[in-house]
Amino acid sequence: MFDIDRWKEIIHTLKSNKMRTLLTAFGVFWGIFMLIVMLGVGNGLHNGIYKNMGDFATNSAFMWTQNTTKPFAGFNKGRRWNFRNGDVDALRNNVVGLERLAPRVQGTGGSGANNAVYGKNTGSFSIYGDYPDWNFIDPVDIVSGRFINDMDIINYRKIAVIGKRVKELLFEKDEDPMDKFIRINGVYFKVVGVFESKKGAGQAENEEQNIHLPFTTVQRVYNYGDIIFFFALTADPKVSVATVAEETMKILRKRHKIHPEDDRAMGYFNVEKEFKKVAGLFMGINLLIWIVGIGTLLAGAIGVSNIMLVVVRERTNELGIRRAIGASPINIIAQIIWESVVLTVSAGWAGLVAGVGIIQIIYLATFDAQQSIIYRPIINFNIALIALTVLVISGIIAGLIPAYRAVKMKPIDALRSE
Amino acid sequence: MITIKDLHKSYIMGQNSLHVLKGIEFTINDGELVSIMGSSGSGKSTLLNILGLLDSYDEGTFHLNGLTMENLSESKAAYYRNKYFGFVFQSFNLISFKNAQENIALPLYYQGVSRKKRNQIALEYLTKVGLRDWAHHLPSEMSGGQKQRVAIARALVTDPSVILADEPTGALDSQTSLEVMELLTQINNEGKTVIIVTHEQEVSALTNRIIRLRDGLILEDGPTEKVLANV
Repeated sequence: MFDIDRWKEIIHTLKSNKMRTLLTAFGVFWGIFMLIVMLGVGNGLHNGIYKNMGDFATNSAFMWTQNTTKPFAGFNKGRRWNFRNGDVDALRNNVVGLERLAPRVQGTGGSGANNAVYGKNTGSFSIYGDYPDWNFIDPVDIVSGRFINDMDIINYRKIAVIGKRVKELLFEKDEDPMDKFIRINGVYFKVVGVFESKKGAGQAENEEQNIHLPFTTVQRVYNYGDIIFFFALTADPKVSVATVAEETMKILRKRHKIHPEDDRAMGYFNVEKEFKKVAGLFMGINLLIWIVGIGTLLAGAIGVSNIMLVVVRERTNELGIRRAIGASPINIIAQIIWESVVLTVSAGWAGLVAGVGIIQIIYLATFDAQQSIIYRPIINFNIALIALTVLVISGIIAGLIPAYRAVKMKPIDALRSE
Repeated sequence: MITIKDLHKSYIMGQNSLHVLKGIEFTINDGELVSIMGSSGSGKSTLLNILGLLDSYDEGTFHLNGLTMENLSESKAAYYRNKYFGFVFQSFNLISFKNAQENIALPLYYQGVSRKKRNQIALEYLTKVGLRDWAHHLPSEMSGGQKQRVAIARALVTDPSVILADEPTGALDSQTSLEVMELLTQINNEGKTVIIVTHEQEVSALTNRIIRLRDGLILEDGPTEKVLANV
């Protein structure tokens, strides 16, 4: 099998018409090259889109209150209502498959009017009252200090976790904001943490202008009573978000005397559902890439097959001689298939290397990219293995017809042809 | 030992069928030096190709060392060709991109002999035909006589019991022809059966038995002196 003469013969055949071999090889090279580059770019696109989402929990949902649209239990329609603190425990105790529940309230300001002051610096930021669980649903990167903890909630602590941009605007360049007091709507809060966004450039800029305060403190400072602005929740990995959200809304309707069929009394956004749409889109793109890639590769393999047919015809006499001196049909078939496989695999290997090279270059070029739609593309090693397997198989298939044609002829007819 | 009885062979070309062999019968014993003579179209080459399992026959029987050669699969035929027969052709049929030694070693390659061993054996046979110094020359660098001697060495390299030569001197001048015939005679003297197809009387005169064909039938079959006396 690994006889040196076999390799010498294969190399001789491939070298005997260099231009033809090169052009044939190029077909296969291009097929694999395109497949790898397209798969890589597809992966980069995927990374680019998902990077924009940061580490947003994909198994999450959000809900908020709206005016009722159906009269129920003595109430008129058009009633304004709110989630209340009592809902939190009721939901935690009763909803099956609820993983995390993070109620949120919002402070005033943040849309023009300056609401935060430190020394001589002022700024306009979004103020949120959050539970620790929030950072598991829509996480940020804490670069110094910490996020809100349970003791902050229980003790109504006046602490703040500020975004990177907030720090830049309120503090001097070299100043450490930790343990400094900033004034938010007239109340002093101690800075205990600074965070960076995990999301893509545009969204990150917004997010880094947020200030997170303890939920309970905000309710008290702003005189919200026990009102909750909205809920973020995540579902157990085994349960679908839709099921958990339905269950949650059912309990909320019951507690707040909302008509069971009043769908518009509550706003609801299912991240999982949106996420699945994006995932479906990428599956479609991937499928398309494989179809086009395999098609191109197939065209290359057909080229190899075609050339092998010509080679077999050119060498009919030589194959006749070989059979006269004892080469069995299996020997002849093996020889032709070997040539076909060597041509296909070496050309394909070159395409693979070139494709991976291009993807690697894009990877390095987008390594620190902030606003790139293609981000750090990678070729999975398995894909390279699959591509190589496809190559070997297509090489064998490309050689089969010519090989069959070579042995179909009687040896004497092969010998007589010139 | 080769025994054929009532051998028929037709070539079908479209609508027409050409009856080439019309019932051939003979026995060739081990160690004979036989020539098959006849004018072109007499069926002598077809007969040789059938004997060498390069072609099939339609009717009759063909036994080689007591084994029937009927309906052989191509794999089986290849096996027997490699084991029992060595071929020498008019046009030499050397592989052009292989040197003399590689050409001679090729049948051993198909027997699965290791590279080192088969090159060594090839060199022995190359020496035997007097071309040791030409081992690394390509066929295109050799004369007709040299090429035919390489072909004979290739035919001998598997140590077959029968050498089949189809017009071995057809492409050579008379002096070289004589040398090639001497080589074939010498091989016969070493115990191998040699069957030569030729239309040249000078060639057949150097064999011990002549089978003369005409129009697909045996005209005469006997010792050389007797057959030639009738010509």
